[in-house]
Amino acid sequence: MLRMPEPDQAVVSRREAIAEALRAIVPGEGVIVDEAALRAYESDGLTAYRQPPLIAVLPQTTEQVSEVLRYCHENHIKVVPRGAGTSLSGGALPLADGILLGLGKFNRILDVDFANRCVVAQPGVTNLGITDAVARAGFYYAPDPSSQIACSVGGNVAENSGGVHCLKYGLTTNNVLGLEIVLIDGTILRVGGKHLDAGGYDILGLMTGSEGLLGVVTEVTLRILKSPETARALLLGFPSSEQAGDCVAAVIGAGIIAGGMEMMDRPAIHAAEDFVHAGYPLDVEALLIVELDGPKAEVDHLIEQVSAIAKASGAVTSRASTSEEERLTFWAGRKAAFPAVGRISPDYYCMDGTIPRGKLPIVLGRIREMSETYGLRVANVFHAGDGNLHPLILYDANEPDELDRAERFGAEILKLCVEVGGVLTGEHGVGVEKRDLMGTMFSEADLNQQQRVKCAFDPDALLNPGKVFPELHRCAELGRIHVHRGQLPFPDLPRF
Amino acid sequence: MSTTFRPETIEQVAEAVSWAAAEETPLEVIGHGSMRGFGRPVQTGYEIDLSALSGITLYEPDELVLSARAGTPMAEIRAALAEKNQHLAFEPADLGPLYGAAAGAGSIGGVLACNLAGPRRIKAGAARDHFLGLHAVSGRGEAYKSGGRVVKNVTGYDLCKLLAGSHGTLSVLAEVTVKVLPVPEKTRTVLLHGLDDAGAGTAMQRAMNSAHEVSGAAHLPASVAAVIGVPRVAEVGAAVTAVRVEGPGVSVDYRCATLRRELADLGETSELHSDNSRLLWEEVRDVRPLLSAPDTALWRLSVPPSAGPAVAARIAAESKALYYFDWSGGLIWLALPLVGSAAADAGAALVRGALTASGGHATLIRAPAELRAAVPVFQPQDEPSAALTARVKDSFDPNRVLNPGRMYAGL
Repeated sequence: MLRMPEPDQAVVSRREAIAEALRAIVPGEGVIVDEAALRAYESDGLTAYRQPPLIAVLPQTTEQVSEVLRYCHENHIKVVPRGAGTSLSGGALPLADGILLGLGKFNRILDVDFANRCVVAQPGVTNLGITDAVARAGFYYAPDPSSQIACSVGGNVAENSGGVHCLKYGLTTNNVLGLEIVLIDGTILRVGGKHLDAGGYDILGLMTGSEGLLGVVTEVTLRILKSPETARALLLGFPSSEQAGDCVAAVIGAGIIAGGMEMMDRPAIHAAEDFVHAGYPLDVEALLIVELDGPKAEVDHLIEQVSAIAKASGAVTSRASTSEEERLTFWAGRKAAFPAVGRISPDYYCMDGTIPRGKLPIVLGRIREMSETYGLRVANVFHAGDGNLHPLILYDANEPDELDRAERFGAEILKLCVEVGGVLTGEHGVGVEKRDLMGTMFSEADLNQQQRVKCAFDPDALLNPGKVFPELHRCAELGRIHVHRGQLPFPDLPRF
Repeated sequence: MSTTFRPETIEQVAEAVSWAAAEETPLEVIGHGSMRGFGRPVQTGYEIDLSALSGITLYEPDELVLSARAGTPMAEIRAALAEKNQHLAFEPADLGPLYGAAAGAGSIGGVLACNLAGPRRIKAGAARDHFLGLHAVSGRGEAYKSGGRVVKNVTGYDLCKLLAGSHGTLSVLAEVTVKVLPVPEKTRTVLLHGLDDAGAGTAMQRAMNSAHEVSGAAHLPASVAAVIGVPRVAEVGAAVTAVRVEGPGVSVDYRCATLRRELADLGETSELHSDNSRLLWEEVRDVRPLLSAPDTALWRLSVPPSAGPAVAARIAAESKALYYFDWSGGLIWLALPLVGSAAADAGAALVRGALTASGGHATLIRAPAELRAAVPVFQPQDEPSAALTARVKDSFDPNRVLNPGRMYAGL
């Protein structure tokens, strides 16, 4: 288990006074100190870690957020922001000596602007809530993480959430046009708007995926798209993951960017089929769902092309959806893959590495070996279009040492992802979970530069400490330049 | 005369910047120098030229990824991608000719440092959206990396985004990794003849709000359409509104025909096929209609798309500006004669004043150096944003040695 920083007892002992000060900012029920009520916030989607916060605060206005943060800054109190609490990396894990700042009451859509194809919303609106607000006019919001019914768009910004349509339609970062951000000192900052590029340094891009360490988002402007005329899916079964991987590469090589390309391995196929009866073939090692969207003529044409490529790559099952109902059935199994795996094991641990697509067979092979070594089963779900791999490690938390083994197994998978040219996390965030693995991907110099950026926003490291960085250096220490003054000899530096 | 460092390795870049940081001596950072006139003028005794830090280091077409040293010529990158029928989907503008450089000059590092994007911005995003990973040297002289070679990555802060569009003021890019995509099989453009700006705004909005995946929406008022280097456009003899669709042949045929039908009530339509279509969008992308506008300041305005026509009208009411729209009205290229008060401020007060109602920002893209030194080239920021900008600058370059003053005076 990962360790969080030691709570500051001086802050813990001031709990009553802090709650009083917060009540002056957020009146009524917005300040929670009751221990039973605080339990609701003790964990996010990474349920192995639990810690009730010192106090939970649920502000309703940007001004309240600003005042709460200013108070915390002045009094040196840590703050953990929280959206819907669906993070799978412990991004919203509270601190015993920190305030939990819940954005759940920021749940209104502020403006639907079809003329500029965007929606302005408060951060607590769910991902699906954006699409629901514009669906009547035939529009939708493209990033669609599996948790879209529950996860908030503020949390999507914090984690740069993706979904199954990333390759064609981008991640959150490609679909955010504007933000209102409150900095730790209470400063309210507006970045971007309804225009396409924000100007100045790309604070939108930096904030997206910053996991609540740089500021608190209080408003988002998101790009919406017109829904495609049609969408059809192909269900393709392969005798090996290598052949499925070849098929993906060949589809891309043919210049086809599919709306979605999802792969499942045998254990994931079986779990999903047992759960939702989607009609998946059970005699294959890898299942690929390829979705094509656009005008009917284009989709029909591409379905034929992809079918031919799949056949040449060795597909033994190939079915194209002929109705919307059938298309949704194809997806039902994939979308239910996590809960399906949850049915066959008391607990599962979901990993989130990204790899170069071509390395999939090697990585799956090594994961199988590790599965034997650690004595734990694993099912793999893979966003094949963008290389994002979600191994689900099956374990039983009631068995001594199984969680520990699952965590070590998971860490080894992520190290493997980095080793083959990939990264630790594609869309779930580093959070607490992968914090101590950052060193496998980044050198000290890399991490120091990231932390200097953190210092530009939050010099006292009060926002979400204990997440992302294995150790937080003091900003003063990071700011020093170690130089040896000298002349300009550089014998080997070409100069003109 | 300034002294030029021409490093061949990232270590040499670090060596040069370390020296500059220690001596607190400013360095002008250039790729191939084709866009040196972009931004406020930088005067330094030393410059670091990345043209020798060159070469594609990784290109895997199946993985849709390419890595190259920052000084790699764009021409080399374009050629390598074309061989595999791929491209940079953000369609980076070739701005060099605006500053007197040859067409096709410039480096991949320069494209990313300026966060360039072309007409396809409305569908595919800008350079920042395709910038996956980097090796760079901070203003402290320290080499570091960020990102990776995969599209989906939330491991640490996205410093690629931050460096895109930072004009060399935060770090010196040494090696970059970008996402590449297949070239669409077919391209076709629907032209609408004779619309005024407001009517064109309506037409572009209707096209963008359709399901036809429009990848370019521009409006050329009559005086601009007349100088476009595509005879089929120039000979219309009136304003031209252009809407582009790309993709598989069957799909493009269908979408083009449907768009023409859906826009028919607004005016006469025609269509451009392959080469003519490509040429038109190159002209729009590279600001060629305004390339040789003498004695003007060239402005680039980024506004909410629906506000474009009204913003342009406000400026045109007070000046003899030549302008056209890209990005469905969200991007206005505008050449403002340097007469009257504009002789002193390049038209900054007029141009930026026209944005206050809609939001957005204006950049002075080309003007005599003395004007670019006197007038904020990039949109002035409010106090909280300016303070954060300074702190971000200092977090990379505390001694402010990299391209000092390029974006903002004193920074």
